Amino acid sequence: MTLFNNKILSPSRSDRFLLWILRLLAFITGMIVILITLFLLREALPVLKQVGWLRFVRDIAWHPVQGNYNLMPMLWGTLSVTLGSLLLATPLGIGSAIFCQYYAPPLIGRFYRTLIELLAGIPSVVYGFWGLVVLVPLIGQWQPPGTSLLAGIIILTLMILPTIALTAEASFAEVPIEYVQGAAALGISRWATIRGVILPAAQSGLLTGLILATGRAIGETMAVLMVCGNVVQTPTSLFDPVRTLTANIALEMAYAMGNHRSALFVSGLLLMGLIAFLVAIAEGMSWRNRYG
Amino acid sequence: MGKPSNIQPSLPSLFLWAIALLITAMFGWILGDVLWHGIGQLSWEFLTTEPRNAGREGGIAPILVSTILILGVCLAFSLPLGVGTAMLLAEFTKTDSIFGRLVRRSLDVLAGVPSIVFGLFGNAFFAIQLGLGFSILSGGLTLACMVLPILIRATEAGFRAVPLDYRLGAAALGLSRTTTLWKLLLPAATPGLVVGLVLGIGRAIAETAALIFTSGYVDRMPESLLDSGRSLSIHIFDLSMNVAGGDANAYASALVLLILLLLINGIATGIAQGWLARRITPS
Repeated sequence: MTLFNNKILSPSRSDRFLLWILRLLAFITGMIVILITLFLLREALPVLKQVGWLRFVRDIAWHPVQGNYNLMPMLWGTLSVTLGSLLLATPLGIGSAIFCQYYAPPLIGRFYRTLIELLAGIPSVVYGFWGLVVLVPLIGQWQPPGTSLLAGIIILTLMILPTIALTAEASFAEVPIEYVQGAAALGISRWATIRGVILPAAQSGLLTGLILATGRAIGETMAVLMVCGNVVQTPTSLFDPVRTLTANIALEMAYAMGNHRSALFVSGLLLMGLIAFLVAIAEGMSWRNRYG
Repeated sequence: MGKPSNIQPSLPSLFLWAIALLITAMFGWILGDVLWHGIGQLSWEFLTTEPRNAGREGGIAPILVSTILILGVCLAFSLPLGVGTAMLLAEFTKTDSIFGRLVRRSLDVLAGVPSIVFGLFGNAFFAIQLGLGFSILSGGLTLACMVLPILIRATEAGFRAVPLDYRLGAAALGLSRTTTLWKLLLPAATPGLVVGLVLGIGRAIAETAALIFTSGYVDRMPESLLDSGRSLSIHIFDLSMNVAGGDANAYASALVLLILLLLINGIATGIAQGWLARRITPS
């Protein structure tokens, strides 16, 4: 409720002053995204003008110093790591939420929830470090070299699982209690109620959680950089080392000059585009939910 | 739903228990590993000495100082911006006004921007365009942009949770809006603000990718905000990736980082629960 926009009494001078200050602050906040996009564009434009965007898709390889700018292997790297971790984390995350809400005894449910919240708070660099010193050698014993797409997928699964589980739990909590009571009155079993009543009712919340998790997986940098091996190639098996778009920026930004630096900003722009696309999907879904 | 109606464990129930056990085991594995290898290295000396031999030996004193300075800069900029924006969104704009919608939409996008992209932007804007170089100031400012959405969302929720009676009562007493806001609404909304603050600090302290190209790698004791300073998370990254034989100290640093985060998380949950309890009991 906004009480402050009644027009009956004219606001005092200090009120108007405050309002303008707050408007200025909000304006600055709102401008940050635009500023980020503008700066990415400004830094990316030289190479886009000089070589054109097609070369980022069609060049023979990523050798930016020699003037070859193919970003596709890295894009495939990002997409395969993201898709793999989503495939693993979705059942695990939604399963965790169902477990917490409907199957676990209250005490265990609460404990498990706290655990997932803690899992969400672990920094990506710690996941990456653990992956590097524990997981990668384990995979390496089985399928050398160990730094691989698989290692990246496992680490990312652990990282996005809390996002999926916590949003799923929130959307389960919003399912009207009458639905559940109705199902119980009909004598439907617990699992059938979840599958037939609760999951469909919570569908849009679940999807929003998945989109959030996808965004997090696409944007993750350090953990993936530490366990994926960072060889620029289109992955053909789970045990191939891959390099993602984000890792590429982190690895090469330190020494990149001129067009090379510009090309890294192009990949930043590409990431930003992917995220904006995801946000638009989420918006569209919530809009359809409200009015569709 | 009530108690399980069937005593015999069903297949889905077994499956769900297996998932929960698996995740608990993975979590225990990660935490146990860091605790096991890190606790031996951890000592008062480790926290208070300079790193030697590229971090293989010695402690993390300058790194802790840099981390705290970066956090300080981040909060000094994000707090006024965040609280101001949250006030405007919660108290002065209708939910469906164009300005409010635009600001909210841009915050949604900002919340999703990958941290490495913040790093690129911070490098191009703060470090090069504004001429701050690789410095604690650039790093803190970049993080400030990053934590704003979290801070604003929680603070706005805090303002919206304040009962309408407060505003009506203040208006009936003829208080000016400024007074109402500062003396009445802001104190009442503080729990939301604190939760946002703590969550934001948690995100900032865990951040690595946005800092590599803004605050830099230098592990000496910073002398001013324009010096480059290495944060704890970058220290862990550098020790494990670029320094052979740095694992022992990387474990200890990871343990320090985890303990800091656990403390911060604990504070946040405590406040959030206290807040909830207070809202439920009639005042």
